[in-house]
Amino acid sequence: MSTPMNAHYTATAKTLHWLIAMLIFGMLGLGFYMTGLDVSPTKLQIYSWHKWVGVTVFLLVVVRLAWRITHRPPALPQHMAPIERIAAHAGHHLLYVLMFAIPLTGWLMSSAKGFQTVWFGVLPIPDLLAKDKALGDLLQTVHVVLNFVLIAVLLGHVGAALKHHFFDKDDVLTRMLPGRAD
Amino acid sequence: MKRIALALFSTFAIAASAHAVEYSQVQADQSRIAFGYQQMGVSMDGAFRKFSSQLRFDPAAPQAASATIEVELASIDTGSDEGDEEAARKTWFNTKDFPTARFESTGVKALGGNKYEVAGKLTIKGTTRDVVVPATFAEQGKAGVFEGSLTIKRGDFSVGEGAWKAFDVVANDVVIKFRITAAAK
Repeated sequence: MSTPMNAHYTATAKTLHWLIAMLIFGMLGLGFYMTGLDVSPTKLQIYSWHKWVGVTVFLLVVVRLAWRITHRPPALPQHMAPIERIAAHAGHHLLYVLMFAIPLTGWLMSSAKGFQTVWFGVLPIPDLLAKDKALGDLLQTVHVVLNFVLIAVLLGHVGAALKHHFFDKDDVLTRMLPGRAD
Repeated sequence: MKRIALALFSTFAIAASAHAVEYSQVQADQSRIAFGYQQMGVSMDGAFRKFSSQLRFDPAAPQAASATIEVELASIDTGSDEGDEEAARKTWFNTKDFPTARFESTGVKALGGNKYEVAGKLTIKGTTRDVVVPATFAEQGKAGVFEGSLTIKRGDFSVGEGAWKAFDVVANDVVIKFRITAAAK
């Protein structure tokens, strides 16, 4: 075997994975919670936080993609069937696409609705789109649909990791866990 | 004698023509009342779709000018349906009890050039305050265009009560920007 079974992801890859994972779960919860609120100062505050964190996630994903391209991850276990390998690669590609597309549609939708995104209330992110109500509503739908796709892919991602750990008893899950650095 | 008569005649003609230009026919489709404010540090803007105005303005006699503007507050366009509905509520404009905001001029002062100061009374949500509105006037073809902006404090008019009373999310300063086009009679 060219790749030892105990090969881990790099500490940077692990940190980015878990940091982004926590932010995504928090953002999903916040997103569903805030849209149901009646208009109030709290709601406007939460929307701002959601946007700020969204920009942050986007930047972390840029770093993560750069790291991923320049650092080869551990290979998939030998026992995986070709169809499982295809599914694993497709799922990971889709996660990267969604991690870019969801913050981008959020930002564009915010612009189209006439709310500029000002990162942490300090750094204004330029508006790529002019105010356009119909376009804003469309982008909102796209943002929501992409998030449902994300939830489905995440269920597959977590389910697969648990299957690898408990059924296949390989190191796919543990090599992404903190500690045991090589 | 003939020369004096001619001179007199032309003086009257100039005076007459100057007084003849009185801008009073407001063109609603060429007029706009908008506003801007800060929300969580983000600049927001909106406008009112419906308002009516009466004005009389003769550039030769600005001190005699007058203007009255009535804005239908329920016609607010904040950019979202949710925002429009919220603005109509009791805590904001309370459009049910106070459907219109009104500005009525009390005096116009020429500042030289095309600049003027319009003093008047601004009534929003049952509160009347004296304001001085800086405005410019420009002739565009046969119409006169009046433009200006005025910064007011929403707190002065109890616009944004209850949870909105603090200014940390929605700022106190609101800029009202207007452009009124009126044709000469």
